[in-house]
Amino acid sequence: MFEIPPFVPFFLAALLALSLRGWPRALVMIAVPLLSLANLWFTPVGSYGQLVLMDFQLEFFRADKLSLLFGYLFHIAALISVIYSLHVRDTLQQSVSLLYAGSALGAIFAGDLLTLFIFWELLAITSVFLIWARRSGRSYVAGLRYFTIHIFSGLLLLAGIVFYSRSHGSLEFTYIGLEGVYGWLIFLAFGIKCAFPFFHNWLTDAYPESTPTGTVFLSAFTTKVAVYALARSYPGTELLVYIGATMACFPIFFAVIENDLRRVLAYSLINQLGFMVVGIGIGTALAINGAVAHAFNDVIFKGLLFMSMGAVLHVTGKINGSELGGLYKTMPKTTVLCIVGAASISAFPLFSGFVSKSLVMSAAIAEGYDWVWLLLLFSAAGVFHHAGIKIPYFAFFAHDSGIRAQEPPTNMLVAMTIAAVLCLAVGIYPQALYQLLPHEVSYSPYDVTHVLTQLQLLFFSALAFVWLNLRRLYPPELPSVNLDVDWLYRRLLPGAVRHAVAGAFRVDARLRGGAVKAVERLLDSVSAQQRAGGILAQNWLTGSMVAGVALLLGVFLLLGLVG
Amino acid sequence: MSLEKHYFFDNPRNIQRLLKVFYVACGLLVALDFVVHRHTEHYLERLWGFYPLYGFVGCVVLVIVAKWMRGFLMRGEDYYDRVELADRDEASGGGQGSV
Repeated sequence: MFEIPPFVPFFLAALLALSLRGWPRALVMIAVPLLSLANLWFTPVGSYGQLVLMDFQLEFFRADKLSLLFGYLFHIAALISVIYSLHVRDTLQQSVSLLYAGSALGAIFAGDLLTLFIFWELLAITSVFLIWARRSGRSYVAGLRYFTIHIFSGLLLLAGIVFYSRSHGSLEFTYIGLEGVYGWLIFLAFGIKCAFPFFHNWLTDAYPESTPTGTVFLSAFTTKVAVYALARSYPGTELLVYIGATMACFPIFFAVIENDLRRVLAYSLINQLGFMVVGIGIGTALAINGAVAHAFNDVIFKGLLFMSMGAVLHVTGKINGSELGGLYKTMPKTTVLCIVGAASISAFPLFSGFVSKSLVMSAAIAEGYDWVWLLLLFSAAGVFHHAGIKIPYFAFFAHDSGIRAQEPPTNMLVAMTIAAVLCLAVGIYPQALYQLLPHEVSYSPYDVTHVLTQLQLLFFSALAFVWLNLRRLYPPELPSVNLDVDWLYRRLLPGAVRHAVAGAFRVDARLRGGAVKAVERLLDSVSAQQRAGGILAQNWLTGSMVAGVALLLGVFLLLGLVG
Repeated sequence: MSLEKHYFFDNPRNIQRLLKVFYVACGLLVALDFVVHRHTEHYLERLWGFYPLYGFVGCVVLVIVAKWMRGFLMRGEDYYDRVELADRDEASGGGQGSV
């Protein structure tokens, strides 16, 4: 067992990946998460890798139950994503994805806020290259927006850390709570990364624009680091319950009408984050366990769904529901794997979502959050509707698009199979996951009531889908864009700025024009006096001259008398 | 057409059969409410048929509201691209399927 922070081997491997090609690179990329996971497994709870810097104690490797669980999860996610992307011949992507996974590990094992901040920013810097790796105009502008928002989140975090260190004299990354300015600044920084309502569009905007393999990496790390940070610093903050319930509900409406299937999954990712945020907000041992367990399962089943849609995009070059359909005919393996992911996210009994979502739901009832429980139940039915049915249905079934694409490369199928097996394994034997959770809670998801009620909920949600489809009430997939909060900064703000600048130019032009015209008029009136008929061109009478001189002398005389 | 292999869902009778199985399963699940003694944690759960009704009504409301939202949220596919990619040749968006 080596007491080195887990991000170190990932960063070293990323450097190696830059110079290696072909199978040596593949070997390094698979070996690193595997060996590092084995090392982490045997690392006991404790604090390693400390460094004193200007009176502050930095801690690069704090291993406790919470961070270790996320550590295992990120290793598994990295391994699956690496295998999924083995066929990619893009050195930049391969190297950056390891840096990104390493940054996520750095953030969760950070024992102090300054280390957290460094990895927080590294997460943004490394992940944006996965978006730009698509090398399209859309991915470029979406990446810029993504990057701006994440750097802003980092700056808020830094400001919060400055205030925090002033009032606490320490930088320990522990419970913070909504006290003082620092509490709110850090909360907002975490919230932006966690895709809180109104700050969620970086996710739905950028993730679907990444490469088929890049999105799989992206979906695993950034938001889960934020969930971890919230669980560490804001457990039991009641505001989170309401934020979480909102996050669980509103994205499902957008998911129903969205055409880009990876964007549907991005909305559904926010919806799943909602369950975790509610759990953290409730803050009891059961609720925190539920939030963390759900984060674990979500990374794997959401990864599986993103992988299956990535496979579709890879082999067909299309991802819009309106252009797909009937792919089950030639891609049966991908279809089955996608359905496993869909069943897991919908929390079917024997699939992983079932054993973690119910922890949060039970905690909500136990703490008397009745309305929140009803909202979560509604969104649980809604998840099945948009992610559980819509994704497989419009991609693989529905009307036959005529596309006869072959199965994706073997490495993609292997990665999806690993994820699918994990979904089933956790679903069938949840105790394996439960014993890794931060709190000790005896909970059994498999009692008759729970299984029956969940099946009733899901089957009748499916019945609603069938009924709406047969009655032709279901909204068809249409090539379209749906406005969301990002409209404010993609359309309204640029439009307003353009309008304001154009207005300023107009005012400027009018002022200049007015001034030029005034000068012209002055010149005209002066020159008019020089011309025939002007005052200066008139013949003056001698008498009037004498009268003028007399007047002038009179004035002098008057002044002389007065003076 | 005749050259292509016939797949399972190409036959409408298969779809009908599958749907019938599904309807029977739904009926059975509701019927089980009478038979199984449930441990309820919430008073609403005690109502007969609460979960099936909530799932069905919830999803119908979800879809109807979402359809209504389309009325004021939906724009053309190139709504953003027209402005954001105006100075690029690839205004149609897209990108490489795999890199």
